[in-house]
Amino acid sequence: MIELKNIRKSFGEKEILKDVSLKMEAGKTNLIIGASGSGKTVLMKCMVGLMSVDSGQVIYNNEDFTAMTDKEKKPIRQEIGMLFQGSALFDSMTVEQNVMFPLDMFSNKSYKERKKRVQEVLDRVQLKDANNKFPAEISGGMKKRVGIARAIVLNPKYLFVDEPNSGLDPQTSLVIDKLIKDITVDFNITTVVNTHDMNTVMESGDHIIYMHQGKKQWEGSNEDIIFSDDKLLNDFIFASEFFQDIKEMRKMEVFRDKAWRKKGGEASSNS
Amino acid sequence: MEFKLFYHFGRYLMMLKGMFSRPENFRMYWKEFMHQCVEIGIGSLGIVVIISLFLGAVTTVQTAYQLVSGFIPKSVIAQVVRDTIIIELAPTMVCIVLGGVVGSKIASELGNMRISEQIDAQEIMGINTKAYLILPKILAAMVTIPCLVVIAAFLGIFGGLEAGKLSGIISHEQFMEGLRASFDGYNVFFALSKAYTYSFIISSIPAYYGYNVTGGALEIGRASTTAVVVSCVLILFADYVLAAILL
Repeated sequence: MIELKNIRKSFGEKEILKDVSLKMEAGKTNLIIGASGSGKTVLMKCMVGLMSVDSGQVIYNNEDFTAMTDKEKKPIRQEIGMLFQGSALFDSMTVEQNVMFPLDMFSNKSYKERKKRVQEVLDRVQLKDANNKFPAEISGGMKKRVGIARAIVLNPKYLFVDEPNSGLDPQTSLVIDKLIKDITVDFNITTVVNTHDMNTVMESGDHIIYMHQGKKQWEGSNEDIIFSDDKLLNDFIFASEFFQDIKEMRKMEVFRDKAWRKKGGEASSNS
Repeated sequence: MEFKLFYHFGRYLMMLKGMFSRPENFRMYWKEFMHQCVEIGIGSLGIVVIISLFLGAVTTVQTAYQLVSGFIPKSVIAQVVRDTIIIELAPTMVCIVLGGVVGSKIASELGNMRISEQIDAQEIMGINTKAYLILPKILAAMVTIPCLVVIAAFLGIFGGLEAGKLSGIISHEQFMEGLRASFDGYNVFFALSKAYTYSFIISSIPAYYGYNVTGGALEIGRASTTAVVVSCVLILFADYVLAAILL
C-alpha cells in the first residue's frame, strides 16, 4: 500500500500540490484524474521520487520514502515499475533488449533465464514477433506494451502508469486498460494510473481520486462517481452530453441491478 | 551573469560528485564504457586522420615560406613542424575539432534521453544515471582521446614529410634529419597533459549541458551548441594555463 500524507510542492511562487493526503490500495487500479495542470503528473513524480516534496510524506508499506537517502531508496525503487506517457523506451536497444535491461542490471540470472523471462512478459502483454525490432519500428500501442513489459519484468509491487492512452486509438486504449487491470489483479500489485480518459475511469477505476488545482477534490469508486453530487467532479467527468447520457444509463443499470438483487434475495429467503 | 556562472559551476561539481557510487552491475558499466570507447574513439578516427594530415602538410609549406634565409638549413623546417605539431596542433586543434564532434554527440544524446524520459525511466529502476550514463563517457574520452592525439601527432608529421617532398621544399632525408635533431621528450609529456585535460573538458561539459536539458527539441539543439562553445573556450583557456604552468 502507498500512503501520502500532507504532500506540498511548489515551483517558485506557484504552489502545485496543496496538502494532498491519499491512500493507494494494494491489488487495485488507483486512478488519479483531473484537468491538465491540476498536479497529477507532479504528484506521481513525487510518489516515485523523481521530484522531491517540499513537505509531507510518501509511505511505501510503512516506510517513509521521503526521509530516505538515495541509497536507502534503491530497494524500494526496484519494486517500482513505471510506464511513461511517451513509453520512454531506449532508442538504441531492440524490444527484447529494452525489456531485458532491468534484468541485466539487477538480476544474477543466466542469459538463458533472462531471455526466458523476457519472453514470458512479452507473451503476457501479447506482443509477438517484435523482439528484434527497434522502438522506431513499432506502433504507439506496441510501444506501450513494451513499456508495460519492461515495468513488470522484475515483478514489481507498485506499478505507476502516466497517461496510458495518450495518442492511442479507442480500441487500443481499451486493450491497454484491460492489460493494466489484469496485471494488477494477477500480480496483486498497487497500480496508480494518471489519466483523463473517461473510458479508463468507467471501465478500470477501482479507486478514483479527482485532483483539482493541486488539491484532492473527490475520492471514491467508479460506481460512486455516478451518484456523486460534487459539482467540480461532474463538470469534469460529464462535460459532454454523451457522457451525461452514459451517466444516466449507468444510474439506471445500478438501480435495476440493486432492485434485481433485492428481489432475488427476497425470493431466496422465501424459499 | 556571475551568479549564473557560479550556479552552473556548482551544479557541474554536484554532477561530478554524483557520478561516484557503487555500480549496480559492474558488467553493465563495463559494457557501456566499451561502447563509449568505440563511439568516441573509433567514431572520431576518420576526422582526426584527415585533419592531422593536412595540418602537418600546411605547417611544412608555411614554415618553409617563412624561412627565407639561405643560412638556415632546411632540416630546421622539420624541427619546427615536429615541435609545433606535438606541442600545439595535435592536442589543441584536434581536441577543438573533437569538442565539436564528440561534444555535440554527447550533449544531444543525453538531452534526447532526458526529454524522452529515458533518464527518468532508469532513475526509477534505481540506477544512478550520473554514474551509468556520464562516467563511462568521461572515462572513455580520457582513454581514447589521448590515443587519438598521439595518432594525430604521428600523422601530422607524416603529412608534413610527404607535403615537403611533393612540393619540392625538403627531401625525405633532410626532413628525417631535422626530426631527429634536438628532440625533447618533455614535449610529449606536455602534449599528453593537454590531451588528458582537454578530453575531460570535451566529455564532462557537454554531459552537464545534455543531462540538464529542460523543454523540447529546440533546447537539445541549444544545449548542444552551448556545450560546444563552452568546451572550446575552456580548451583555449586551459591551453594558456597549462603552457604558463608547464613550460
